[in-house]
Amino acid sequence: MRILKIIKFITTITFISLTLSQISEASEAILKELAKEARTADIKFVQFSASTGEKLFRTERIHSNGEKISCMTCHTADPKKEGLTRANKVIKPMAASINPNRFTDMEKVQKWFKRNCNDVQERICTPQEKGDFVKYMMSIK
Amino acid sequence: MIFFRLKKEPLLLFILLLIFSSVAILKADDEAEEGEHHERGGKSEEVYKLNNRSSVVPVINQKFKSECTSCHMLYQPSLLPAKSWTKMMGNLKQHFGENAELDPAVQKEITNYLVKNSSNRFSSNQDVIRISETTYFKRKHDELSPSVFKRKGIGSAANCIACHSGAEKNDFSEENVRIPKETAGKIKK
Repeated sequence: MRILKIIKFITTITFISLTLSQISEASEAILKELAKEARTADIKFVQFSASTGEKLFRTERIHSNGEKISCMTCHTADPKKEGLTRANKVIKPMAASINPNRFTDMEKVQKWFKRNCNDVQERICTPQEKGDFVKYMMSIK
Repeated sequence: MIFFRLKKEPLLLFILLLIFSSVAILKADDEAEEGEHHERGGKSEEVYKLNNRSSVVPVINQKFKSECTSCHMLYQPSLLPAKSWTKMMGNLKQHFGENAELDPAVQKEITNYLVKNSSNRFSSNQDVIRISETTYFKRKHDELSPSVFKRKGIGSAANCIACHSGAEKNDFSEENVRIPKETAGKIKK
């Protein structure tokens, strides 16, 4: 029976790691795609930085409507926690370690950067900023 | 980890996985079918009554649901006349102070769905886009002081489900209204 236990253990581990690796592969692919976009936008592009991404996430600014705003307004100061939209809908955590499905669908990533950068920064974000942001969210343990 | 507690062979894991995936596939099929029914059904004003006393639950367009309910509750198409929906959907760049831009094809599909199932109870020249500013809403809520809407458990008049728990299913019936008390705790999510 011992051998069966071992097989069971291996199967379980394989399942879990396969799923997780597929997910992290998907987010790596998104970073790669953003890097490509960044290179096209700026030939001097070197790499993405998680700490710059964190700064982007935390920096507050005054919106033209007079209100103080930042990513934290809806996502809270802790990306591992659930956020809340201004219309009372729960936003799943941003940190990929807590919510592995984050940053696995490029269409979704671009859609929300477009909307949220326009809302918070009142402009679109550069590919460098998007990559920094994603890298930060993927680096949180 | 539940897997480790299983006394049976790894085969069981595979069987479980098979069951889960077939359930998922069946569910997806159901949803696809729902969409088809809707297409075939066409416009059916009877289904979309504001005071829904019928047992018919309106069919929800899946794109509408997935795109429009990530930020706010599901507002039934019957809550506004066609003109209002068209106006609102034509300016998603500034959607109640937020950017809610959509892919043009998706925007068109959702607009069509909303218009097709919009209310026919408003006078045709009304194009208010805020539901709480419609004459109908105001008349229905005229006994409430504005401070009620500001209660912690409500937040604003846009949060229908705070008092009408069946709002997303088009149930606004008087008997199902529960107004949160002043001291209510968390905002209803």
